[in-house]
Amino acid sequence: MTDAVEIRNAVKRYGNVTALHGVSLTIRDNEFFTLLGPSGCGKTTLLRMIAGFEDVTEGEIRLFGQNIANLEPNHRPVNTVFQHYALFPHMSVIDNVAFGLKMQKVAQDARRKRAAEMLEMVHLSAFADRLPAQLSGGQQQRVALARALAPSPKVLLLDEPLSALDLKLRQAMRVELKQLQEDTGITFIFVTHDQEEALTMSDRIAVMSAGHVQQIGTAQEIYEAPVNRFVADFIGETNLLPVEVLSVRDGRAEVTLPGGHRLQVAAAGQGIGKHHLSIRPERMALTEAGDLQAVVDRVVYLGTDRQVIARLEDGTPLHLRLQNSDRVAVPAPGTRVGLAVEAGAARLLAD
Amino acid sequence: MAGPGSNHAPGPGSWRGILVPLLLPTWAMIGIFLLLPVLLMAVYSFLTKEFRGGVEWEFSLAAYDQFFLNRGLFGDEPPTVEWTYITVFARSIAQAAGATALCLLIGFPTAWFIATRPASSRGIWLFLITVPYWVNLLIRTVSLRFLIRENGPLNDALMGVGLISEPLQIINTNLAVQLGLFYSYLPFMVLPIYAAVERYSFAYSEAAADLYANRWVTLREIVLPIVRPGIVAGCILVFIPSLGAFLAPNLLGGAKNFMIGSLIEEQFKKSLGNWPFGAAVSMILMTLVLIVLFVQARAATRQEVR
Repeated sequence: MTDAVEIRNAVKRYGNVTALHGVSLTIRDNEFFTLLGPSGCGKTTLLRMIAGFEDVTEGEIRLFGQNIANLEPNHRPVNTVFQHYALFPHMSVIDNVAFGLKMQKVAQDARRKRAAEMLEMVHLSAFADRLPAQLSGGQQQRVALARALAPSPKVLLLDEPLSALDLKLRQAMRVELKQLQEDTGITFIFVTHDQEEALTMSDRIAVMSAGHVQQIGTAQEIYEAPVNRFVADFIGETNLLPVEVLSVRDGRAEVTLPGGHRLQVAAAGQGIGKHHLSIRPERMALTEAGDLQAVVDRVVYLGTDRQVIARLEDGTPLHLRLQNSDRVAVPAPGTRVGLAVEAGAARLLAD
Repeated sequence: MAGPGSNHAPGPGSWRGILVPLLLPTWAMIGIFLLLPVLLMAVYSFLTKEFRGGVEWEFSLAAYDQFFLNRGLFGDEPPTVEWTYITVFARSIAQAAGATALCLLIGFPTAWFIATRPASSRGIWLFLITVPYWVNLLIRTVSLRFLIRENGPLNDALMGVGLISEPLQIINTNLAVQLGLFYSYLPFMVLPIYAAVERYSFAYSEAAADLYANRWVTLREIVLPIVRPGIVAGCILVFIPSLGAFLAPNLLGGAKNFMIGSLIEEQFKKSLGNWPFGAAVSMILMTLVLIVLFVQARAATRQEVR
């Protein structure tokens, strides 16, 4: 099957500033694909290049095999859900939804019918004749979604569509968006800076930073097997420790942690020398005789968890998460504890 | 746009005591310099004219009679409709409409251009638009007269480059009046449209393009309806003063093309005038303007309610 979107070596320069440095990635048909990264990483630029709002300085963008890099946005069979929705303020909700169909010269009856179906899909049939300004933020968001889906695009682009909603609504919309993507079978390309959003909805995620794609993979892959410091640090919470690799044998490396502790970890091609080690806070446990010895500094109550901040002998802080449960003992600050690192939980990073 | 309750009025009592003295100068200014002259004009239009200008304090409908009815040379024939002044009004409306259209045609792209410049240079462009207005309107109109006259620089230049062989007759035509009005009132068109376009979010244009609209359709269906309040405001701000203008028609239009403003001005010139008639023409003009404004306000309200 042809891939939905294929980006080959796309470069975007604004004068002397390079926003994208030769990005290449492939988005499969019927995939929920997320571009994730901090602001300024180039994710929105890339999305806007796919939509046609930014021209491509160098490289190719292929949509189902066809190079669209030089096509005007109104000739690209993709639709966009804009960050602030950009609903036409002078048109009723139903006219907004029907606008794309009208531009495609769909007959009035047919487009009214289709627009009404779309509104039903997003549970807004009762609001068809309102103006956008008369709707709440969440409702406007659904109208924007219905408007972008009405012309049955081959690919739907979503530019941080949930960022303007409050937390509860955002969480509900995540489930709905994923459901909608599965029901319609349309390829979704979703841009966000919110890693939780990315992890919960996406089939695959491209983590971006400073105009480069750092890693592409499923949520589990990028969370559990980050390829570098940036990805490990950006996705979730982690302990990044500077370590020295002393020896590598049979894919296992022996490393020295700050404070002199030695640990055996999996090595993914790293040689001897200085590297960073990532240990997720929830992948460590308190034991009598752990790999590491530390002193509890502080315990922070977080509801579902307790965050324990412990210090290694040289003072390096380590964060760990303890489930809020009667089965888990809570250490008092100042207590000397042993830390057990789960097998495979400590990852040696590329840089 | 503010919804109910978004505008918190200060509690009664606490503000009233300060508000009244603060507003007094405003009320006095409006009363003395706005309402009183209008009232005076209304009263004068119903008085009897005195021969060397001025009025006699005696009620009369003669001014309005003179405007609307033709009773023959000696005033003893059965009245028919008097077309002379209605024609002047019609011509004024046409001239003002022409000038407004010209201002819109040039003003909209100008406003668009300025509003789409980087924020740092917009101020300079707006400043440049207002520079000519530091010179007195009379001087500017006279200069325009020199520019477009038969052997003026415009005709010289056009003949010099060989575009025309005979000088163009621009001065003393309707076009000259419209050019004069256009020159006088262009900023009144540019500024409100600029304000509207500056607030316009280009995400709407992107959304339209994303939904398969080409540039022309986007302009017609999205941009123009959204910036419409600015366009309407600009048209009103140009049309109304154009309707009553007398400098441009007097200096550029010649005797055939005189407008309401000139007609009114004539009536108050020393001993030749007819004050009650001048006042009556002013009242009729004001009524016309109020009707235009009222219709526009109604349309704007309807649009907001929709």
